[in-house]
Amino acid sequence: MSGLVVDRELCIGCGRCVRACASGGIELVWEGPRKFAQATDACVFCGSCVDACPVDAIEIAKDGPASAGDLASYRDFWVFAQVDAAGHVLPVAFELLGRARTLADARGCRLVALLGEGPAAPADNVDALIRAGADEVIVCRDERLSSLDAEVFAQWICSLARERKPEVILYGATAFGRELAPGVAVRLQTGLTADCTVLELDPATGLLQQTRPAFGGNLMATIVCPAHRPQMATVRPGVFAAPAPDSERIGAVSEVALDAALTSRVRVLEVEPAHDAASVADAERLVVVGRGIGSKKSLPLMRKLADLLGAELGCTRPLVEAGWLEYRHQVGQTGASVAPELLISVGVSGAIQHLAGIGGAKTVIAINDDPEAPIFGAAQYKVVGDCIEVVQALVERLEAK
Amino acid sequence: MSVHIVVCVKAVPSTTEVKMDPKTNTIVRDGRASVVNPFDATALELALRIKDEAAGKPVRVTVLSMGIPDTARLLRDCIARGADAGLLLSDRAFAGADTLATTYALTCGIDALDEPVDLVVCGKMAVDGDTAQIGPELGGALDIPCIADVQELLGVEDGVLRARRATDGGRELVEVALPAVITVAKDAAQLRMPSIAGVLAAQDAEVEVRTAAEVGADTARTGLSGSPTQVVRSFVPERTHEATAIEGTVAQQADRLAELIEEVLR
Repeated sequence: MSGLVVDRELCIGCGRCVRACASGGIELVWEGPRKFAQATDACVFCGSCVDACPVDAIEIAKDGPASAGDLASYRDFWVFAQVDAAGHVLPVAFELLGRARTLADARGCRLVALLGEGPAAPADNVDALIRAGADEVIVCRDERLSSLDAEVFAQWICSLARERKPEVILYGATAFGRELAPGVAVRLQTGLTADCTVLELDPATGLLQQTRPAFGGNLMATIVCPAHRPQMATVRPGVFAAPAPDSERIGAVSEVALDAALTSRVRVLEVEPAHDAASVADAERLVVVGRGIGSKKSLPLMRKLADLLGAELGCTRPLVEAGWLEYRHQVGQTGASVAPELLISVGVSGAIQHLAGIGGAKTVIAINDDPEAPIFGAAQYKVVGDCIEVVQALVERLEAK
Repeated sequence: MSVHIVVCVKAVPSTTEVKMDPKTNTIVRDGRASVVNPFDATALELALRIKDEAAGKPVRVTVLSMGIPDTARLLRDCIARGADAGLLLSDRAFAGADTLATTYALTCGIDALDEPVDLVVCGKMAVDGDTAQIGPELGGALDIPCIADVQELLGVEDGVLRARRATDGGRELVEVALPAVITVAKDAAQLRMPSIAGVLAAQDAEVEVRTAAEVGADTARTGLSGSPTQVVRSFVPERTHEATAIEGTVAQQADRLAELIEEVLR
């Protein structure tokens, strides 16, 4: 029987689990002279209580279809390489190859890149993927892959995965990757972890440990997929660094054909390219503002600071939700992951989801009036003070130069 | 031709901020009421607009959720705003579901409805989970196309839906023959307020509450048992840096900041 199980022999009734639970999913009950922890119907099996228990009395028991023999037949790490409108492989594919190379070496398996593209695609995509670490590139050139149709790509990847049995498939968490990967997961009946910020191997089991921000705010969760294959995750662009291309590397190329019966069921009538080229994701310098700037009226001052520094303006999710700035400015787990040389963070408290998006920044200077703000934990320099006053003074200094 | 639309709705905490007690490093719980995930509220509004614009042709909107019994309250509110019926899947066997097990449960719910479904409308993601997986997984599970991240719904005519959606490269105008799944961006529409007639209708409306067995769900595929993924650890991340404080008056701080910026950018 699956569920949250408390070992009453071990439970000391200390209540740490109750305090650790965000959902009211565990309570203390009296039985005779002793108190025991017991799961309630509100339990969501997040595992917070398991970690909080000082005596290891709690476990999440799960009936599984685990069949070790079958799992062992799955090998290799795959990375899906998405291409842009011009047919070039997106940077996130190289970033994933870089991280997956390390993991595949540790696991003693091969690293394979999946490249689906139109017949007119640039010729050097395959080589670029090998230089970034792929041992093999499975490439399919077909007119039906020249536009990004999630269903067509999902069917293609599923048929390959059924045949070749990869242990892991990684996708960039682009708009397309976030649509494609669930389509593969449900057809293969396997797990998928969205927007991971850390990927590691469990040294004992070899399972892929996928860590992502969870519960809307201040917690990270590490997720595994123990009994289903392939293990799958999406990772935001900018989370991992792209490896330096190694022109000496050699790799295999497998050309595969697309199932003749596969057709797109979605008709694209018009394509409007994004008109705004400025992007926080690619910015070398960023000013990121949060709720702490107080009011929308402070935005021109923040823009001025950004302009003086030649920086883009980014913001946290609440500002987008309040309609102060458009979504394209949003930095964080559900916005853009950024990797600038310099990030000046103004009035940002630093929720985990936001911090998840700024891990790639080289130097972070944070200004906030709350000395306990979590943003300071992600900064090299901090100014505790009124962010409007400080920015005003800073703008005057920069203008004087 | 009649059209049956199912809107998938998730109950989420009214605030997604989890407060931590700095002393004990544990989560502070308060009486957080649940609300309809804001993305799903937009999904409902788009479905209701299709109904408004159907000009006499019958369009039926069913709201579907998997959740604790209290979620029925939210479905009733959806009916007050214009939905025709509600189905709540509520069973301990559904608890602890990841996206695959949730997709399976919702599929069972859809199959258990009296009328076949022409269009499934989901919010693009839930504010408490942020995975954005349910819509595309439902498309795969039902073997119908999914259009993700719809920003503007242009309408449904003769069984064909047209919409503008966001893509990595910009936006696309697409069309798809029903049945289909769409997932919608939060700012695609604002959910209307309940009407007086709606509130009265909601009082009489029956939100059906069904267990796993009642919708024919195999409990090996629901909830914790049916979830391939498993959380092995939840933790508060450690601070990665000890930030150097820049102290003094505002003027001194600004001077030092200007110097620092120059150093970093050099």
